[in-house]
Formats: sequence, structure tokens, C-alpha cells
Amino acid sequence: MDAATTRRRRLRGAAWAHAVLAIGVLIFFLPIWITLVGSTHDTATIGRGDVPLLPGGEAIANYTAAWNAGGGRYRSAPAGLMLGNSLLMAVLIAGGKIAISLISAYAVVFFRFPGRMLAFWTIFLTLMLPVEVRIIPTFQVMVDLSLVNTMAGLTIPLIASATATLLFRQFFLTIPDEYVEAAKIDGAGPLRFFRDVVLPLSVTNIAALFVILFIYGWNQYLWPLLIVNDRGLETIVVGLAKMIGSGDTQNEWNVIMATAVLALVPPVFVVVAMQRWFVKGLTETEK
Amino acid sequence: MATLTLTGVKKAFGATQVLHGVDLAVADGEMVVIVGASGCGKSTLLRIVAGLETPSEGQVRIDGRDVTPLEPADRDIAMVFQNYALYPHMTVFDNMAYGLKIRGLPKPEIRRRVEEGAALLGIQELLARKPRQLSGGQRQRVAMGRAIVREPKLFLFDEPLSNLDAKLRVQMRAEIRRLQKRLGVTSLFVTHDQVEAMTLGDRLVVMHQGHAVQVASPMEIWSRPANTYVAGFIGSPAMNFLPAVLVDGGGAARLAGGGAPIRFVDGPRAGGEGRAVTLGIRPEHLEVGGPDALPVVVDLVEPLGSESVLHGRLADDTALVARLPGAAALTEGMRLAIAPEALHVFDAATGARIDPAGG
Repeated sequence: MDAATTRRRRLRGAAWAHAVLAIGVLIFFLPIWITLVGSTHDTATIGRGDVPLLPGGEAIANYTAAWNAGGGRYRSAPAGLMLGNSLLMAVLIAGGKIAISLISAYAVVFFRFPGRMLAFWTIFLTLMLPVEVRIIPTFQVMVDLSLVNTMAGLTIPLIASATATLLFRQFFLTIPDEYVEAAKIDGAGPLRFFRDVVLPLSVTNIAALFVILFIYGWNQYLWPLLIVNDRGLETIVVGLAKMIGSGDTQNEWNVIMATAVLALVPPVFVVVAMQRWFVKGLTETEK
Repeated sequence: MATLTLTGVKKAFGATQVLHGVDLAVADGEMVVIVGASGCGKSTLLRIVAGLETPSEGQVRIDGRDVTPLEPADRDIAMVFQNYALYPHMTVFDNMAYGLKIRGLPKPEIRRRVEEGAALLGIQELLARKPRQLSGGQRQRVAMGRAIVREPKLFLFDEPLSNLDAKLRVQMRAEIRRLQKRLGVTSLFVTHDQVEAMTLGDRLVVMHQGHAVQVASPMEIWSRPANTYVAGFIGSPAMNFLPAVLVDGGGAARLAGGGAPIRFVDGPRAGGEGRAVTLGIRPEHLEVGGPDALPVVVDLVEPLGSESVLHGRLADDTALVARLPGAAALTEGMRLAIAPEALHVFDAATGARIDPAGG
């Protein structure tokens, strides 16, 4: 076989691979493109039923409407407000989960107290009880505590997290005993050791978890739908769904799509901004 | 500067008795090396002194003060770990300064001490680096530096040289010894390496199955081992052990494999005729030829340049190792003589050393 044949074969292989990849990109990108384009036309254009593939000229009007006033059949809250609510909720959930998990994993790994393994397995068991399963008792508890329609009621039940505790536990187990002993000889107490050694070593893990948990919090649907009916606390994922009417009503698809695009921005920003840490936290251990 | 006294230190993990009552007195400025095979309890003993383990029984006193109930930080000690245990996210400077910072020393004082320590160890240029940017030898120095800046009463070393390559180990060994002498800090050094033990220690503690079998100077241990375990552990290649019985009223021994009785030059042993003993002879105390030489079948010769190590068997199949000067000529059958003044006599049953009666 001469060199030219080999070259040609290799090129053909590469062309195939690229073709498959291009199709993949199209499949993933097309819906987003349609949404983007849809958010730049007026109601009538989209209402006609043909899907435009090129941007129109109504972008500013649509986004201003979505941001300031909301829209759709149900006259949703303004997107600006909903984005703020979602952002606060996602940050509180991610931050709360990380804080609680760090502390509980630290206790389970570095201390010997009676009931330690019981505590660990109890946390572990909650993995099998996601929000959806315990939603009725949780709702009852929130009602009894008068936390319905509050940010606390929205976030606290979602904060308890076994996943993050487990991840931190696994990471803490890789911290050599000798660090603990060196710290003991240096005279660092448990809190000091936590602050000066454990936390700095966990930074990449924390960042990676923050990304995952932020998206988790951002995408919450069922719980916010139940616990909040005050429109001032509505999150964007719930609000977006509520904007779409059923039956013979005319949906303002242009405003809905503009809101959808706005709803995409914060999670995308978080992923892009923390990507470096995210990958590092999942692949690298500092040792 | 301080003394360290251990009295009746025992430790059990569950049903396993790891230490069976260890007594030890370390003088001010002395370097004592605890040596033994893995699992003998030497590290546990060191950790008890450090306060990382609590003894089941017994007392640890530093400078006469009972520190047994105290936390490690309150004992005024410093420890160098086997894996150095440098905090990976802190610079060398911060690693060395951390203990001082926690004690609340003023910043200029911390800076002064760290810089002095760094100068002493020749690591001034490394102060801004992170541990992962250092070589093994440099990390070792930083770990030493962290111990030095605390100006402790007691240095504890937990096999600090075992992660270094052979050449660096020899170099750091000498350096630790020089530094310890210069600073005059009482030190306890744990190792499984008998060469390290012999070269570093003012005195050695040979540990075996949770007992301190012998506590003495390196030369004393080498020339008068307390029992067959110590005799076999210290010295390389290990001492040869030959089963024998006393004859001639205890004045000589006859090897189980036969041959002429070997006369003790330093006096008769008690127990009289027929007592079963083990004769110990170091490989370097065997020489070629002589009137009463033993016939040896040679299996293997390891030429080391300046000397040769010869592995052979006696007539009754007892293994015998000899260190002979120069390149020994390999002959199938050869005769090796025991230097009688270098002979050690042990009880065959207990392994304890038997010294000349009344000598």
C-alpha cells in the first residue's frame, strides 16, 4: 500500500468522524437555535405555525417585555424577578448543601463518637428518599412551621443532601492521617485544622460540587411549584412552564422563548466560569 | 534540653498486646535509636511518647514532668514523619511557621526562627515553594526544619529516611546526626534499618515482639548481644548460629555436626557437660584454613570487590555465611576456621547470652 492510499483512507475516516460530529452538534443546537430565533419575531409570525429559521427584528421588544412584564396566558411575573428568585434559590441550595455536607463529612471522618456509623448510614439512607418521595410529609412540616411561601421553605428541604456528604467523605478519607497528626503536634484544634488544612485542600471539590448543585437547584420544578404560590417568589423554571397555555389560547411564543433564553443564561454562565475548577475537581487530587 | 523517662509503658489494641512494659531513660542531649523488625512495636512506642497514642499502662515523663495525660501540642516535642506530612497547599515558609503561628508567637519572631532554621538546613531559596515542587531530599529537610523552628525539648523521628534513595539516605543520615549533635536536642529515632541505627544512635533500643530486648551502645550491642534475636538482627550479613553442646566441663563446645571441640578463650561456661548451646559467629570472624577448620561445601560466592560473601553448608547441612577479604577463590570444598575470641555462646532453649562463669 503506498503512502497516497493510506492518506486517502485516513482522510476518509476523518471526514466520516466529522460528519457524525456535525450531525450531533446540529441535533443538540437546533432546538436552541429555534428558541433564539423565535425570541426575535413577533407573536403573529410564530403564531402562523411556520417555524422561522432566521432572526427577526423584534428581539429588543420581546426581551424588554419578558424582563419587565412577563407574558403568556397566565401573565407570569417579570422574568427579571423570577431570575432573581431562581438565582437566590440555586445559590442557597448549592451553598447550603456544601456547608452542611462539609461539616457532617468532617465529623464522620475525623471524629470518633458514639453513633458515628449510625449517623453516617442514616445520611446514606436518605439517598434513597429524593424530594419527590417525601414530598407530602415535607410539605406538612413546612406548613406546620409556617414556611409556605418563603425562601426558607423553598430551599431548606432541598439542602439536606447525602450525595455531597458522601463525596466529601470519600475525599476526606484520602487525606493522610499524618496531616492530622502533624496538626495535633503543631497544636491545631479541630476547627483550626478544618479551616487551615481541610478546606484549602477541598477547594477544587467544592467548586465542582457547586457547579453540579447550582444546576440541580436551578432546575428544581416540583417543589417550588408546590411550596410557592406567591408570584413574588416564583422561580423561572416554574414560571416558564406556567406561561405555556393549553387548549385554544394563543400563546405568546416570542415572549416565552425570550424568557427561556434568559433562563438559560445563569447556568451556562456558572458552568463556563467554573469549568476549569470543575474539571480539576473531578479529575485531579492535590498530592 | 530535656530528659525522657518511660516507665512500664504497655499498650494493647483490643486483645493484641503490642508493648509489654518498656522502660527507658534517655539522657539530656542523647540520641536514642529504637530499632526492630516491622510489627515489633517501635512506632507505637514513639507515638506514645508523642502523645498520638495513649498507653494502656505506664508513664511518660519529659524532664521529670508526667506528660502521659497531655495532648501532643502541650508536650513541647517535634516530630518528623515518614512521609514528612507537609501540608501540600502551604508554602515551605508557612509549613515551618504553622506551629509557631498557632502558638501565637509574634510575626517577626516567627520570621526570624524560620529563616534561621532554613539557613541551618540550606533551604532558604525554597521558602516560597510548595511541597510538590520539591525533591524528596528537600522535603525531608523542610520536615526537619519544621521540627527545628519549634525549638522543642524532644525530637521524634519516625523512619524519616525510608522514602529516600540509598545515596541520599546516607547523606541525610550524616546530616541528621550532625544537626542533632550541634543543637544538642534529646532525640528518639525509630528505624528498621540496623545500619541507620548503628550509625545514628548514642544508644540503641532493640525491640522484639513488644519488649525492649537490649538497651546499650551500638558497639556493646554488636560485641555482646543479649540474645540470639539481637545477635541475628544487628550486623550484616547476619551472625551464623551453630548448634553445639558444652564439653570439657564447660570449657569448650562441640558442634552438632562433629569436628574437634572449640575451646573458649574467655573462660568456661556454667551448666557443665552436655548443656545444649547455640554458638554464634559473625561472618567476618571466619577465616580460611587453620588446624581446626571446618569443612564447608560452598553454594554461592558474592564478590563485592573489597570482600566476598560466601554462602556454604557444614557437614550437617547448617548454613554458614562468611565474609572473606578480597576475591575469594571458589572451591567446592573449603575449610573455614572460627576465630575463638569472637565466639558468642547462647542458651539453646532461651536464646539468652551465656557469659563466662565468674568472668
